[in-house]
Amino acid sequence: MRAFTRLTAVAAPIDLPNVDTDRIIPARFLRKPRSDEYARFLFHDVRFDARGAERPDFVLNRPAYRDAQILVTAENFGCGSSREMAVWALDAYGIRCVIAPSLGDIFRQNCVKNGLLPVILPAGEAAGLRRQLHECPGATIAVDLESRTVTGPDGRAYRFEIDPFARQMLLAGQDEIALTLGYERELRAFEERLEQELPWVVPGVGGRQPATS
Amino acid sequence: MLEKIWARHVVAEGPGGHVLLFVDRHLVHEGGTHALARLARAGRRVRRPDLTFATADHYVLTTPGAPAGDAETGGMLETLARETAAQGIAYFGVGDSRRGIVHVMAPEQGLTLPGTIVVCGDSHTATHGAFGCLAFGIGSTEVEHVLATQALWQRRPGAMRVTVDGRLGPGVTAKDLILAVIARIGAGGGTGHVIEYAGSAIRALTMEERMTVCNMSIEAGARAGMIAPDETTFAYLEGRPFAPRGERWQQALASWRALPTDPGAVFDREVALEAAEIAPTVTWGTSPEDALPITARVPDPARIGDPARRQAAERALAYMGLEPGLPLTAVTVDRVFIGSCTNSRLDDLRAAARVVRGRRAVVPAWVVPGSGLVKQAAEAEGLDRIFIEAGFEWREAGCSMCVGMNGEVARPGERVASTSNRNFEGRQGPGARTHLMSPAMAAAAAVTGRLTDVRTLG
Ligand code: SF4
Repeated sequence: MRAFTRLTAVAAPIDLPNVDTDRIIPARFLRKPRSDEYARFLFHDVRFDARGAERPDFVLNRPAYRDAQILVTAENFGCGSSREMAVWALDAYGIRCVIAPSLGDIFRQNCVKNGLLPVILPAGEAAGLRRQLHECPGATIAVDLESRTVTGPDGRAYRFEIDPFARQMLLAGQDEIALTLGYERELRAFEERLEQELPWVVPGVGGRQPATS
Repeated sequence: MLEKIWARHVVAEGPGGHVLLFVDRHLVHEGGTHALARLARAGRRVRRPDLTFATADHYVLTTPGAPAGDAETGGMLETLARETAAQGIAYFGVGDSRRGIVHVMAPEQGLTLPGTIVVCGDSHTATHGAFGCLAFGIGSTEVEHVLATQALWQRRPGAMRVTVDGRLGPGVTAKDLILAVIARIGAGGGTGHVIEYAGSAIRALTMEERMTVCNMSIEAGARAGMIAPDETTFAYLEGRPFAPRGERWQQALASWRALPTDPGAVFDREVALEAAEIAPTVTWGTSPEDALPITARVPDPARIGDPARRQAAERALAYMGLEPGLPLTAVTVDRVFIGSCTNSRLDDLRAAARVVRGRRAVVPAWVVPGSGLVKQAAEAEGLDRIFIEAGFEWREAGCSMCVGMNGEVARPGERVASTSNRNFEGRQGPGARTHLMSPAMAAAAAVTGRLTDVRTLG
């Protein structure tokens, strides 16, 4: 996984609350293998019209925001479906960080697993950042995960909280499976205890598992 | 209850308050092929194939008699069958009557058990919490992680309790109850929390109804919902194919009876509703929180104080093609969909059939059973005849038009009365307009051609 330490980049504002992952990537694209093509799927049905032409009013279609690597959104961005492809699409487009007053729980975890930094700021601060981005299209925001600060276009710095595990994984670009496999001894011990104490959990212990076709 | 289940699944303590949690049941559907392929490429094996169960639901076509997949999705189904076989995972695939929506299939097979941790690469995994287990959706990377390790790194979520006391009125169902809860707490109201549903109205629900409630926890932002197991739960589970038997059943029962939350336990957040105040409910907008009693009118955005909310409501009404002030019962529909992991079980189909019997659908209407076994059971009772005689399409099991991943979508601009769980823009197809409601209400809409208070149909 790619590490995240700090980033200064153009940021785009998204003011609508409850932007769901169906809107971030419509279901019909989910069957596609992960590739650069995912950049085009991002916000597809709000970004392009039925003929595939760009809708000029959509924020990422406006020249100043095209190269955005940061999104500053409203409440509950990424709610709904667990589809990790929403993050794949953001990633393929080049988005590395999403700043919001709140994010869908599964979406936030999916971000971390893909090296995208989710930043939670109080609603007023996020709204203030969005206002500045509207006032100065193309303005940049600086994000520093080491010091846990976001610096807005006006130079004001905001501190944010992030859970230490996610921070460590992001800073190191750690492969989580490799990390967990390091806990093999604990896993084994747990599994033995499970079979002793809660033998009913494993279906078919004692050979009673129904046949599957 | 959350606390008790959490504590017994901790494998190891990790950094920053995270723990490695053991997973008792990992459910896999076609979406898991991405992760299975990555796992195979990395040369890794599935750690516990005996705790992993797969089926096909999202991409399978549900047209009766037609092939299960097209050129692209057929390949996906083949890959899933091949990869699960190679890894020794039980797979309920095309042609197996146990195949169905993963959240219908697993409870039906007795795979979902109280006190366990259940995960699946699908946000409606919350459904399984109806059995008093901790069940939540995960992303594709996490699916791969569970396949490889049978565990997940998690931080303990907050605990929220939603108490619903009293009795639901006639014509008011579990679907109306959960829509009313979401309208109350909002689409982000449960974010970061697990919701425990409690109260006399919840206790009175059947297992199928409890699944409907827990299913839509994610629509309130909560990754999981749960209901304490009781005699209703145990009666449902006993004798199911994968449920424990004999001595193991007795051991399990003893363990399950100790699960319910102790009196006096403190929750991070409490919400209470009166069952008697809940009416048959429908959504009018593009977020599940946009829900109102069927007796209400389309809201007027101009009367919303908060500018962001007002803008969202204006946008929702424009997308939905609705005028403020219109009575909801005056909204005409173009199509009806009865199905999805929220409402495709036998009791749901019975409730719809009761409304449909002796009437005719005046718009195209589909019934998509949740599993092959639900379909068989419904046919054994003659429900299929009732639907077919009323002009409904009786289809094969799958997710179908809940999400339209398999291409079964509504046309742009079409207004759908749907028993599914999401009314997002484009959810049922680009430009499609979704109104969520119970199976009885969807059936009523099918026979009248408009949103209808099922209580007035008699
Ligand atoms: S029925 Fe709909 S919500 Fe349920 S698993 Fe299938 S696509 Fe997801």
